[in-house]
Amino acid sequence: MILTKAQYDEIAQCLVSVPPTRQSLRKLKQRFPSQSQATLLSIFSQEYQKHIKRTHAKHHTSEAIENYYQRYLNGVVKNGAAPVLLELANEVDYAPSLMARIILERFLQEHEETPPSKSVINSMLRDPSQIPDGVLANQVYQCIVNDCCYGPLVDCIKHAIGHEHEVLLRDLLLEKNLSFLDEDQLRAKGYDKTPDFILQVPVAVEGHIIHWIESKASFGDECSHHAYLHDQFWSYWNRFGPGLVIYWYGFIQELDCNRERGILLKACFPTDIVTLCHSTA
Amino acid sequence: MAAVLESLLREEVSVAAAVRWIARSTQSSEESPGEAAVLNSLRPLRKEFVPFLLNFLREQSSRVLPQGPPTPAKAPGASAALPGRPGGQPRGGRGARSQLFPTTEPSSTAAEAPLTRRGGRRRGPGPARERGGRAPGVPEEGVGGESLSWPGGRRLKGSGSPSIPSLTLSDPPNLSNLEEFPPVGSVPPGPAGTKPSRRINPTPVSEERSLSKPKICFTSPPISCVPSSQPSTLDTSPWGLGLPPGCRSLREEREMLRKERSKQLQQSPTPASPTPELGTSLPSRTGSLTAEPADPARVSSPQRLELVALVYSSCIAENLVPNLFLELFFVFQLLTARRMVAAKNSDLELSQDSLESPLFQSIHDCVFFAVQVLQHQFQVLSSLDKGTLKLLAENERLLCFSPALQGRLRAAYEGSVAKVSLAMPPSAQAVSFQPETDNRANFSSDRAFHTFKKQRDVFYEVLREWEDRHEEPGWDFEKGLGSRIRAMMGQLSAACSHSHFVRLFQKQLLQMCQSPGGAGGTVLGEAPDVLSMLGADKLGRLRRLQERLVAPQSSGGPCPPPTFPGCQGFFRDFILSASSFQFNQHLMDSLSLKIRELNGLALPQHEPGDEDGESDVDWQGARRQFAVVLLSLRLLAKFLGFVAFLPYRGPEPPPTRELQDSILALRSQVPPVLDVQALLQQGLRARRAVLTVPWLVEFLSFADHIVPLLDYYRSIFTLLLHVHRSLVLSQDNEGEMCFLNKLLLLAVLGWLFQIPTFPEDLFFLEEGQVDALEVDTAASEHGLDSVPVVDQQLLYICCPYIGELRKLLASWVSGSSGRSGGFVRKITPTTTTGLGAQAPQTSQGLQAQLAQAFFHNQPPSLRRTVEFVAERIGSNCVKHIKATLVADLVRQAESLLQEQRVTQGQKGGDPAQLLEILCSQLCPHGTQALSQGREFCQRKSPGAVRALLPEETPAAVLSSAENIAVGLATEKACAWLSANITALIRREVKAAVSRTLRAQGPEPAARGERRGCSRACEHHAPLPSHLISEIKDVLSLAAGPRDPDEGVSPEHLEQLLGQMGQTLRCRQFLCPPAEQHLAKCSVELASLLVADQIPVLGPPPQHRLERGQARRLLHMLLSLWKDDFQGPVPLQLLLSPRNVGLLADTRPREWDLLLFLLRELVEKGLMGRMEIEACLGSLHEAQWPGDFSEELATLFNLFLAEPHMPEPQRRTCELVQPNRGTVLAQS
Repeated sequence: MILTKAQYDEIAQCLVSVPPTRQSLRKLKQRFPSQSQATLLSIFSQEYQKHIKRTHAKHHTSEAIENYYQRYLNGVVKNGAAPVLLELANEVDYAPSLMARIILERFLQEHEETPPSKSVINSMLRDPSQIPDGVLANQVYQCIVNDCCYGPLVDCIKHAIGHEHEVLLRDLLLEKNLSFLDEDQLRAKGYDKTPDFILQVPVAVEGHIIHWIESKASFGDECSHHAYLHDQFWSYWNRFGPGLVIYWYGFIQELDCNRERGILLKACFPTDIVTLCHSTA
Repeated sequence: MAAVLESLLREEVSVAAAVRWIARSTQSSEESPGEAAVLNSLRPLRKEFVPFLLNFLREQSSRVLPQGPPTPAKAPGASAALPGRPGGQPRGGRGARSQLFPTTEPSSTAAEAPLTRRGGRRRGPGPARERGGRAPGVPEEGVGGESLSWPGGRRLKGSGSPSIPSLTLSDPPNLSNLEEFPPVGSVPPGPAGTKPSRRINPTPVSEERSLSKPKICFTSPPISCVPSSQPSTLDTSPWGLGLPPGCRSLREEREMLRKERSKQLQQSPTPASPTPELGTSLPSRTGSLTAEPADPARVSSPQRLELVALVYSSCIAENLVPNLFLELFFVFQLLTARRMVAAKNSDLELSQDSLESPLFQSIHDCVFFAVQVLQHQFQVLSSLDKGTLKLLAENERLLCFSPALQGRLRAAYEGSVAKVSLAMPPSAQAVSFQPETDNRANFSSDRAFHTFKKQRDVFYEVLREWEDRHEEPGWDFEKGLGSRIRAMMGQLSAACSHSHFVRLFQKQLLQMCQSPGGAGGTVLGEAPDVLSMLGADKLGRLRRLQERLVAPQSSGGPCPPPTFPGCQGFFRDFILSASSFQFNQHLMDSLSLKIRELNGLALPQHEPGDEDGESDVDWQGARRQFAVVLLSLRLLAKFLGFVAFLPYRGPEPPPTRELQDSILALRSQVPPVLDVQALLQQGLRARRAVLTVPWLVEFLSFADHIVPLLDYYRSIFTLLLHVHRSLVLSQDNEGEMCFLNKLLLLAVLGWLFQIPTFPEDLFFLEEGQVDALEVDTAASEHGLDSVPVVDQQLLYICCPYIGELRKLLASWVSGSSGRSGGFVRKITPTTTTGLGAQAPQTSQGLQAQLAQAFFHNQPPSLRRTVEFVAERIGSNCVKHIKATLVADLVRQAESLLQEQRVTQGQKGGDPAQLLEILCSQLCPHGTQALSQGREFCQRKSPGAVRALLPEETPAAVLSSAENIAVGLATEKACAWLSANITALIRREVKAAVSRTLRAQGPEPAARGERRGCSRACEHHAPLPSHLISEIKDVLSLAAGPRDPDEGVSPEHLEQLLGQMGQTLRCRQFLCPPAEQHLAKCSVELASLLVADQIPVLGPPPQHRLERGQARRLLHMLLSLWKDDFQGPVPLQLLLSPRNVGLLADTRPREWDLLLFLLRELVEKGLMGRMEIEACLGSLHEAQWPGDFSEELATLFNLFLAEPHMPEPQRRTCELVQPNRGTVLAQS
């Protein structure tokens, strides 16, 4: 699961302009049978998000919104049961869930007196049956269940994955008898930055001292790793010293270059943990 | 001075008498009348003697070939320390070595020279007049024609040119003595005719001593003077202060003197003749690195040399020379001189005894003289590090000239344990986050807290970047990081944020730079020492290699300017780039406080006579602690000096007297940033000079040009001179300062005296003035000074320039390879363990006195142990109270709050009011803290004391120690508790209240008690994320679009629901949001089942679920909802228009499944009848196709027609708030 930069680039190459649908994922798995599904999905999702970030603005100009809305209206007039919104999103290379949000927002603007608040929109996306228009509700729902990179369901899955790995890590730590403070305990003590776990007694992994461990249930690509370094890992280092990051879905090998500096990357829970011995010798 | 030397040579006066005469102004009874008479006649010259002597020696040695090892070149500089050592350094040639003496190189160009040279500072005895002289010549000359430089150049450069009057022309006497002083200005190298001036060369002070570029500050005193042609520039550069007034007159006087002198001495001075020699010297210099052999039998006038050596040694021994190690360096240079420039015949003809005949006529003479001096300095030599001793003992010349000395040195080497080790510094770590000082409670607002959070990260980001890049060529701190630093500083608005940041900054500074290694450029994030303990032996090898590579080239000659080596550079540049007034102010406050704290730290005192192993171990610890404190103090003081004098620092002293006076008037009003005078006096009085002086020197080394003119600082300098003079190494009286302690002070003071800002005129001041300053050292008994706290290691750490001696010797061995710089290695860092806990304040009263008395006759470790235990237990006691008593009160507060809310309804009261009520109820309980605290200390302290003291401690001693520990701990804990407990309770309760109030808001639903899985569960259930994702796939298949071959098998659906059950029962990996989504998805699945919308895999005819299968799946769902979900399930969605609408698309419409589901829901108590009816009712409002509406109405009626069940299983909460769960689930 640790890929070289070149291997990663090869995969990323195949992801350009691929819509985030079930079918795309299936093809991807066939193309790279040796990679785990979760890793592929994580890479796909991250690459897609990068792509969306880059193009986000052009889909939010008022002209674009108007254009999409008209196309949506025309489409559903012709056939309300056809996947109008989903096809529109795929056609303009934008995430279906986000397209649904654009159209929903535009729709509400037209039908409500006051512009819809974010929380109302979020709530409707979570539960399309709240959408006053039945056709739109179905269209939105279809977008959401067919989007494997964005949307409330995907968010929930990602969150659940993250949580599950934290639990997994906690169990492993308990099993190894390593005492730790978790995020909640740290927060309660008033720490301003909190890794998932701080070891109360440091250990060494592959010759490197570890004070804290952060679990990342995603693939460590350049972009996300750098963002994490900046927002989290270095901050942890700044407060607690060197530590370990576990990218459960792997990472790009070349990124593991800060070991000497105090940030160690692993794709699984380390096996050779050296603890401080209280020998009497 | 010459007269004195002459009379010595003529044996009119004994050396002892002469030295007494020099050292003390008063006549002693020991002198014979004849001596007294001679000396008295010379009285006015007294003060000028030493500078003269030093200049004389430097001059005389100027012919020693410059080729010597490169280092020697500097040596001259070193000699520069001496007054005019113009000619002195033969080695000047060494200029090559320029690296060693960084600054020297430019010397050829007068302008630059001044900057660098600090060496020049040799102050003439009286007047500062031409310091600086030496500076100029240094570097280049060495290279080109050194010879040129020496003769003329060497001499005071200043001489030829307008000499610069010293700042304070306080010493009129000098002028009068001028007689003796040969014309100061040496002639520019070119003109051979001039005589060598004996004057002390003007020190070329760095013109701009901007701290930011300390390296150029000054070089070691270059031996050779700059060509005189340049002098003017040189002169100005130094403390030009005195310049204006004196210049002219001095010059005139010198002119007169010169004439006078030439009359007296008929022969022209040897120096004049140098020019011719140049030719020879040049070739030799380049070609021969091989040394001329030295032969004791060929010494020209041993008696004379012996005499001069004796006088010289005596001056050194009496600390009449400013810098002991500079003199040693000079002597080593003589010892290792490689060649002598041939003297003119005429010179040789001079009378052997006259001063005018060259003192050193050959290499033999030089070596002889050097060995003579070294014999007198054996004590100092023997305390050098082992490496130096070895090189010295192995020096063949030394062996040849004095087998006895060689034997002693070898013995000293063999007996020496003073190996300066090279252990790596502990790796730099970030300052750790400490909730007690760093959490939100320590900030005025959330904003300040978060701002600081960001700043901490920016700070380290900048630090890391610096580490990565500062060695890249072309990288510039300000360009690379300046704007980021300023942007960050700009966010520090609140004063409290500044203090937080300064604390971080200071701690990081101490952490990274305290060890000497820190000075050498440590690598951030390097594996900590534990690693090596863990046996990473490859790492060890790597480290050793790295050490070699990193070993500093050299410290920059025997008198390097103050610099910020290694990591210190980062902190300096950070301060400069930040250029924030507030930051600097807070930093100074913080540094001052820390300095006071450390300076006042009660360091363990030596107990004499206790030699057993236990005390030895203790002793190591005590020394280490001292070293840590001392190094920290020096670092802090250096930065304090840097920041404090930063605003006043300028490239040059004020150009005119008027300007200077007005600046003085201003500055004299400004109170010192730290009352160093008082601290120095206290330190001297308490006999802790060994701690105080070294950091004070660091502080003062950054003084600006005006500082020494201020009365306040001038008196400090005077006091330091007094201290220096009093540190006679040969005196070893009971209760006196230990030898190495003295040596350390001599080294650091000697270094300070070489810094351009040090007023040159002060050094050779009359003692009378010094005496005026009262230092009452007699009062205190045994202070730190008499404890051997300094060892070689610490000495070398504090004074890396002493290592130049070894380099010099090494380069001799290696035939002058310049690489000898590699010899200077890092010194072992002392441990960085935290500074010992501060001793608790002693309380008043008889008990306290008794306790003190108790400790008096016990080993100091006992006291330390007791104090340590008391300190820790006291502190733990407070923590314990927080965790128990206060936590209980907080819990009470929370339950009171709940009651309050129940009685007053959801709204509760005004939070502030609530808090008041709670506090008034709870705070009185705080009084229990004292009794509990007392109990805690009583319980915990004795055991700790017992564990830490030796088993053999007598029972009575042990129990007293325990009792004292209990008392001290209780005192500490109770003092804190009684002062703070109420506030603490308030604060904690307040936090709890706001926490509770906040929590009450949005998420009560998510908080329902959660059952974990059973003990036996092995958590093998599928992960929630996996399930959601599987279900999502089913939903997306159902929602379409899908490929023709896509579908779900009924078995898969069944398996999915089975897995969901497992997951919901093992809750190990389940988090509330995941459960919510699972619930929602399960409802959607049910709707799809009811509407038969799930595409089933299989042969085309079907594509639909069998009725029976669907029912079975619905049953599974019903049971999940009923038994396994712990959160609310949004069942009403089953009847949302959208889901019911799914039925509209099916043909023929099948309503039985829906009806079945509704009945089951009611039956299982999952939904109330009324609720369902309400939902069905609202369905009518939607727009449906006509036939669908009808069917819907039929269903409605059918459902209504069902027998009304009593709904026994309905949950009570649903009766009260039928829709609550639903609403929450949707939100």
